[in-house]
Amino acid sequence: MSENENKSGLETFQYDNTTVRNFLIATSIFGVVGMSVGLLVALQFVWPEANFGLQYTTFGRVRPLHTNAVIFAFVGNGIFAGVYYSLQRLCKTRMFSDLLSKIHFWGWQLIILSAAITLPLGFTSGKEYAELEWPIDIAIALVWVVFGINMLGTILKRRERHLYVAIWFYIATFVTVAMLHIVNSFELPISLMKSYSWYAGVQDALVQWWYGHNAVAFFLTTPYLGLMYYFIPKASGRPIYSYRLSIIHFWALIFIYIWAGPHHLLYSALPDWAQALGVVFSVMLILPSWGGMLNGLLTLRGAWDTVRESAILKFMVVAVTCYGMATFEGPLLSLKNVNAIGHFTDWIIGHVHIGGLGWNGFLTFAMLYYLIPKLYDTKLHSEKLANVHFWIGTLGIIFYAIPMYWAGFTQALMWKEFNPDGTLVYNNFLETVTQIIPMYALRAFGGFLYLVGVFVMIYNLMATARSGSFKANTEAQAAPLTKGYKAPKTEHWHRRIFEWKPVSMLIWSLVMVAIGGIIELVPTFLVESNVPTISTVKPYTSLELEGRDIYIREGCYTCHSQMIRPFRDEVVRYDPVDLEYSKAGEFVYDHPFQWGSKRTGPDLHRLGKKYPDSWHYYHMLQPTSMSPGSIMPPYPWLFEQNWDKESLPKKIRAMQTLGVPYPEGYDGQALADAEVQASEIVEALKADEIETNPDKEIIALIAYLQRLGTDIKNLDGVAQNRQSENQK
Amino acid sequence: MLKFIKHHMETIAGIEIYPVISFLIFFIFFFGLTIYVIRVDKKVFKEISNIPFNDNETDHEEA
Repeated sequence: MSENENKSGLETFQYDNTTVRNFLIATSIFGVVGMSVGLLVALQFVWPEANFGLQYTTFGRVRPLHTNAVIFAFVGNGIFAGVYYSLQRLCKTRMFSDLLSKIHFWGWQLIILSAAITLPLGFTSGKEYAELEWPIDIAIALVWVVFGINMLGTILKRRERHLYVAIWFYIATFVTVAMLHIVNSFELPISLMKSYSWYAGVQDALVQWWYGHNAVAFFLTTPYLGLMYYFIPKASGRPIYSYRLSIIHFWALIFIYIWAGPHHLLYSALPDWAQALGVVFSVMLILPSWGGMLNGLLTLRGAWDTVRESAILKFMVVAVTCYGMATFEGPLLSLKNVNAIGHFTDWIIGHVHIGGLGWNGFLTFAMLYYLIPKLYDTKLHSEKLANVHFWIGTLGIIFYAIPMYWAGFTQALMWKEFNPDGTLVYNNFLETVTQIIPMYALRAFGGFLYLVGVFVMIYNLMATARSGSFKANTEAQAAPLTKGYKAPKTEHWHRRIFEWKPVSMLIWSLVMVAIGGIIELVPTFLVESNVPTISTVKPYTSLELEGRDIYIREGCYTCHSQMIRPFRDEVVRYDPVDLEYSKAGEFVYDHPFQWGSKRTGPDLHRLGKKYPDSWHYYHMLQPTSMSPGSIMPPYPWLFEQNWDKESLPKKIRAMQTLGVPYPEGYDGQALADAEVQASEIVEALKADEIETNPDKEIIALIAYLQRLGTDIKNLDGVAQNRQSENQK
Repeated sequence: MLKFIKHHMETIAGIEIYPVISFLIFFIFFFGLTIYVIRVDKKVFKEISNIPFNDNETDHEEA
């Protein structure tokens, strides 16, 4: 070895395969877990009994478990496996530190474990895709930094001067996710597992969807594009179609992506200028997205005969095609007229699963089929089974997506249909739900097929591993880079500034993504007229605040929006007396905002006083008793558990810190006020022959639900309306 | 539509120039990038795009 080195100047080193293998195992296990939970929530739409009447298994708590498991556990571990494998080989060096690799791996699995425990227990920040509470948020930040140091350390000690384009995507992923996670996680802790978002209402919504959209961009897209640029050439034996295109692709994608977040808030109370920015950049985004997709697909030009044979390439082709479909659909859904139909419906669920099942899932499977035989120094156990997996998986995607598109359009059309006399054809929201239950059944079947495919893969990969022997290290040789190398001036600027300078690449990527974020976020915070205040909007009473925390804990936002868009059908449906859509000023005390993104049930923003307290009491105990045919799960534990009196003063103080104008010293008064309000509700229930205890959680929840939207409501009109409905 | 920004930020002296500057910065960057990728010798890109194939593994049957 040393003789060899002396002669040729080559250094001998070992690639670390153990960390790669561990991440591959983790991604497989959590793939099964996340998708099984997905199947469970899909079945809950068809058989509400599958909520099991337990708080830990009810949709509102399990759905965040599904999204977090699939995004951060399945895809997250997939990213790390691919990065640890390709980065070492692209840099011709072992990872910077085996210890950091270990900390990264085990730290990430611990975070996943804590998510799996805390989400069913109801510990949630109430912000989609960022539900984990503050101690876990801090752990995520720390482990992410460990990953960053390990990655950058590896890049700095590389033996290949040029940073291959995949590494650019990894670097941009690291800096941007760090920025998004930190900004979106500003929250004020009030106890070990409870905190309030620092931002309120419109601002919280903007930050959240700036984060949410870019979690898609920089967690589900850019790292996978990096993997695409490495693994498609490797698996097909052909270099990327156009390296030229990949350079433009990279810069254009990261620059444009960061601006597109507000397209999640079209027709909401977000200021128009921010919505317009979101639309414009979303439409532009199709160019870099499709540039990248074509670059991946065209790499296989002239190699379609091998695609026929190889399951790995088939998975890659469908993955990249699904990426193309999802990134075409994205800009389409960002147009306001299309969004008016698609938003809040199952179309969006179909859209994200084309991306999740197709792009992320299939690319991960391709990577697993490629890497496991390599790491175990053997051949894939059965190419035939891999092909079986491919076909079951593809059918699964089709059975998933088509019913969701169908359901989405059906629901939107039913919501918006008017009779000639100006009344809604489907005045009862429930009709628009029961109509699409067969579609939900088909969707669950699609998810089941997809999961069966994953089990076939796991069997195949385990058999593969058994037939070979794991190589913990792979030996390689390369010449070191000359120290103190200065690029000659004749070299091009892009190479001198970026392609040979990882740190400057990192900084400039951050600058590129920070600009969009700053321009969108800062004016919304500084400019007062962006959120016009409404004088009648007052802070929640202490009992309502407590009820709101129960609403957040149960994940009601996963099925109910609190955002009436300025459409005739929505104001008629949700605010028939005043015909008012939701205003920015109504949310100024909402830490966090609860606008939601999906209407499996009706909007709740103007729910207050629409029904008597007893209606809510019976409805929460057994939804079908008030709404026959409802698929909402019952919440019996709210009638057994007591609301949290102890933390109430702390919650009031936290709200005061966040700028909610409770009078000074109100924390001392809050509990007494809450108890008075609770006994009033108990009295009102007694009038309807319901005997209950004022300490039960249901009382606080009723207080909150009855408050919704009442700040700007004509309550006399609402009462009259209720009376005339009753007479009918 | 931009009245929110304009109205409240007009106290910043010379703010009209900001959008122009940002447009220019990005236009020039992407324009320069395009020129760069067009001008670079094809051989260079060929070499770079082959990096994934040169992982120099010595005890492995690499493609």
